[in-house]
Amino acid sequence: MILDDNLGSQGDSLYAQLMQAHEGLSTAQSHALNARLVLMMMNEIGNADIITALLKEARNISSD
Amino acid sequence: MAYDYAPFPYVAPPGLTTSEPRHPVAIVGAGPIGLAMAIDLAQHGIKSVVLDDNNVVSIGSRAICWAKRTLEIFDRLGIGSRVLDKGVTWKVGRLFHGADEVYSFDLLPEAGHKYPAFINLQQYYVEQYLVERSQELSDWIDLRFLNKVTDHRDHGDHVALTIETPDGPYTLEADYYVAAEGAGSPTRKRMDLPFEGQTFEEHFLIVDVELPHSPFETEDPERWFWFAPPFHQGQSALLHKQPDNIYRIDLQLGAETDPKTEATEEKVIPRIKAIIGDMDFRLDWMSVYKFRCAKLDQFVHNRVLFVGDSAHVVSPFGARGGNGGIQDVDNLGWKLAAVLNGAPTSLLDTYQQERSFGSAENILNSSRATNFMTPKSDIETLFRNETLALAAKHPFARKLINSGRLSQPCTLAGMDLQSGDHPLVGQALIDLPLGNGWLVEQAQGQFTLLTLDSQSWPDTVASLALPHTPVCGARYGTTGAFLIRPDGHICAYFETPDTAAITAALTRATGGHA
Ligand SMILES: Cc1cc2nc3c(=O)[nH]c(=O)nc-3n(C[C@H](O)[C@H](O)[C@H](O)COP(=O)(O)OP(=O)(O)OC[C@H]3O[C@@H](n4cnc5c(N)ncnc54)[C@H](O)[C@@H]3O)c2cc1C
Repeated sequence: MILDDNLGSQGDSLYAQLMQAHEGLSTAQSHALNARLVLMMMNEIGNADIITALLKEARNISSD
Repeated sequence: MAYDYAPFPYVAPPGLTTSEPRHPVAIVGAGPIGLAMAIDLAQHGIKSVVLDDNNVVSIGSRAICWAKRTLEIFDRLGIGSRVLDKGVTWKVGRLFHGADEVYSFDLLPEAGHKYPAFINLQQYYVEQYLVERSQELSDWIDLRFLNKVTDHRDHGDHVALTIETPDGPYTLEADYYVAAEGAGSPTRKRMDLPFEGQTFEEHFLIVDVELPHSPFETEDPERWFWFAPPFHQGQSALLHKQPDNIYRIDLQLGAETDPKTEATEEKVIPRIKAIIGDMDFRLDWMSVYKFRCAKLDQFVHNRVLFVGDSAHVVSPFGARGGNGGIQDVDNLGWKLAAVLNGAPTSLLDTYQQERSFGSAENILNSSRATNFMTPKSDIETLFRNETLALAAKHPFARKLINSGRLSQPCTLAGMDLQSGDHPLVGQALIDLPLGNGWLVEQAQGQFTLLTLDSQSWPDTVASLALPHTPVCGARYGTTGAFLIRPDGHICAYFETPDTAAITAALTRATGGHA
């Protein structure tokens, strides 16, 4: 699991693309897009150990 | 202590009573960009008349963050050390989400450079230093306050100006007309040029306060940035230090606020106390802004040239407004001087090519920062908040937090004046310690060949042998030579002293056909 920066100078532009992908969608549509995206990225990563670790870490961090 | 806004004297211009000989260059606007333009031209031996409708420096500090590249250009213009000495160099940055610190970072300058990544200095000081430098160059610079340009006409081979003074109107002529009148550019409006882009809905309250002591834990200057600050629900806030114990506070107010009621002491004082605690302070300046990103398509219109805010405006996150304008000056100064000395006018088109690109890059960066700081939907807010949540623990997320990416010079690689594809070609020169000084002090202002080895390099152009130090090796390598333009950008690299190749690169870099 990579938790140091892995995007280099592409970070800002990829973040902007992510926001653009959501532009004009309702909150429900955005949730659906996020779900599809996570499933696709999971398939793209294709490594069960990494995905398990990512799921655990994302669940661990609470934003409130 | 409050800055003393001493007015500059108005002197009745000769044009009121006689017809003035045609000026090589008329610069409209004596803001930081117009003044820097006049100094740059003077240092290339070109005379100019600078016309400003006002007679004091910028009221309120406005621009405070001056980036490394700007300081290096200021060095060449003769005010770099003064700006560095007076300015504040930050030590620590802290980022908060709500009341909690997400992370802090060290801003210690990298060794081996004369100037740090940036310093904080009020715009009025920068303008004062530029005015004083212009006065030193009074054989070249004719600085006229309370001279308001009300009309201009491009006659093909010169421009005629109409100017309003306290003693009435007069006219003058100039070979070239540089519009440096700021964001509201009357020249741009007269010419009816489209100036389009994005306006952000949120209002920002900008306040400068003088404090009796540092609000930070130590006296070291810090920069504090809050997302969703506890004292100011749902928005962002920024606190950083300027000289004279003046602190800048930026508060994002949201779209629906009324700027008139926000910029009142009743509203502002409680907010400031919430940030700095209960200490006595003096309100130095405050203003409410809505920010905009926009640029002209064309900076060059025959004999009328646009520089600084009159050519492009950005939101201030990343400090790309004034810094971007100084790079316009750096790029245009030597080219306009060369054209006035007989170089092909097509050289001015490369100002358009290079700086239109640079300003688009600045707009892209400040728009992204503004978008990150002002989420437009629930989902954007969600992504931002989760990025902040991850950042407390994971470095990758810290990189995604965007409260402004500080102004950097753009690369000019692949554009008309550059030759070859060495990775450093197109970049601004990287400073180096040189025994008794710095590279930025010695390699700017004229074409210079920076040589790295002991091959016998031709003397068709000024040259400077770089030291055989590890830091030089790491920044430039150990063999060959780089050709540096007067604005400090690298425009060619040579492995061997091939005189024909060097001449061709020089011809190309000066707008000729190689
Ligand atoms: C709150 C705020 C914070 C900022 N922070 C930063 C920062 O940290 N770093 C940074 O780099 N930039 C920053 N900026 C941007 C920076 O202030 C501008 O980019 C900069 O002032 C542009 O300089 P200029 O010379 O092009 O225009 P201006 O400074 O606007 O100067 C234009 C001059 O032209 C004169 N003029 C206008 N019309 C006429 C006329 N008809 N005839 C004669 N004279 C005329 C005006 O009186 C004025 O003196 C900030 C701006 C704001 C508002």
